[in-house]
Amino acid sequence: MAKIVGTITTSHVPAIGGAIAKGLQSDPYWKPFFDGFPPVREWLAKVKPDVAVIVYNDHGLNFFLDKMPTFAVGAAPEYRNADEGWGIPTVAPFRGDPELSWHIIESLVAEEFDIVTCQEMVVDHAFTLPMALCWPDQKWPVRTVPVVVNTVQAPLPSAKRCYKLGQALGRAIASWPKDEKVVVLGTGGLSHQLDGERAGFINKEFDLKFMDSMIDAPDWATKYSTVELVELTGTQGVELLNWMVARGTLPEKVSKRQANYHIPISNTASGLMVLEPAA
Amino acid sequence: MPSQNPRQPVPGTTIFDGEQARRGYALNKMCYSFNDAANRKAFVADEDAYCAKYGLNAQQREAIRNRNVLQLIEAGGNAYYLAKFAGIFGLDMQDIGAQQTGMTKDEFKAKLLAARG
Repeated sequence: MAKIVGTITTSHVPAIGGAIAKGLQSDPYWKPFFDGFPPVREWLAKVKPDVAVIVYNDHGLNFFLDKMPTFAVGAAPEYRNADEGWGIPTVAPFRGDPELSWHIIESLVAEEFDIVTCQEMVVDHAFTLPMALCWPDQKWPVRTVPVVVNTVQAPLPSAKRCYKLGQALGRAIASWPKDEKVVVLGTGGLSHQLDGERAGFINKEFDLKFMDSMIDAPDWATKYSTVELVELTGTQGVELLNWMVARGTLPEKVSKRQANYHIPISNTASGLMVLEPAA
Repeated sequence: MPSQNPRQPVPGTTIFDGEQARRGYALNKMCYSFNDAANRKAFVADEDAYCAKYGLNAQQREAIRNRNVLQLIEAGGNAYYLAKFAGIFGLDMQDIGAQQTGMTKDEFKAKLLAARG
């Protein structure tokens, strides 16, 4: 049976792609962010996942507002990155795993998560940059399954629903009959707001509480409505919903393998965590 | 200052909901087209014609003409789509943040740093 080896949750702001392209990993502005990742790569080299399930939000590359699924699962043999309009270099295509995708789809729908299925899907920076942070040579050693959460157009799914989706996703993966190792990525956040007079809003106190909750109180954020989460974390800080899905795939008891928090990258408080099921 | 609109309870913040999505559909659709380099070029070559093609209303047209992010949000624009419009002019998120908050870019960057506490 398949096994979830752990979760990696990380910010995904486009400026990371610019920094990678310009080789700014050791630049004083970027170093505190990039320095969080060598331990992640060491962990990945040790656990050697076969598959990465990436939980993220599309920012208007694959989905437009004509059709906006609350939850969608990719079921394509390959996922390509494409021009998003602001000039960060595109990355090599990712191998999919349609068999596993359909297994997950079957299992989620059986559990009454009526997700949208996508046999064609382009993946944006929220998928590609976390992958590039994990595997900087961009020779992807894993097959991938994208899971997309609407954090763009309200009403957004609640944190509670996202956590439950993660739990169902965890059961789906665990029931995959192949003897394979799966890492779950949850991308986005932490607190940031790009738009409005409140642009530049960051909430360190909330972010640190949230990161703590990921370890020993995984349902802590489920007490907030999505509007409350906007107030607490910013209009784009609600991307922490993707972290909630990822966290839901793990058992209640976890061990922390890495954590990093830094203000700011671009307009964002960056967060990074690696969690494993407790031994 | 508390917001007067019960649908928009967070001050200084426009939650992109169904009302905004309907209001801004043409504008966001145009901005979505800027994923494609040929479309960005076509916009730059003839802005009036490009906006007309997407059926922008007068408010949206004016906000695009002014390159004014708060006006674009007022006209229904969504941050993620507007970012593609900003990309045409090589503006980054600190430029956008500074414009919306009435700060210089350096002041805006200082505000972000101050969040470290």
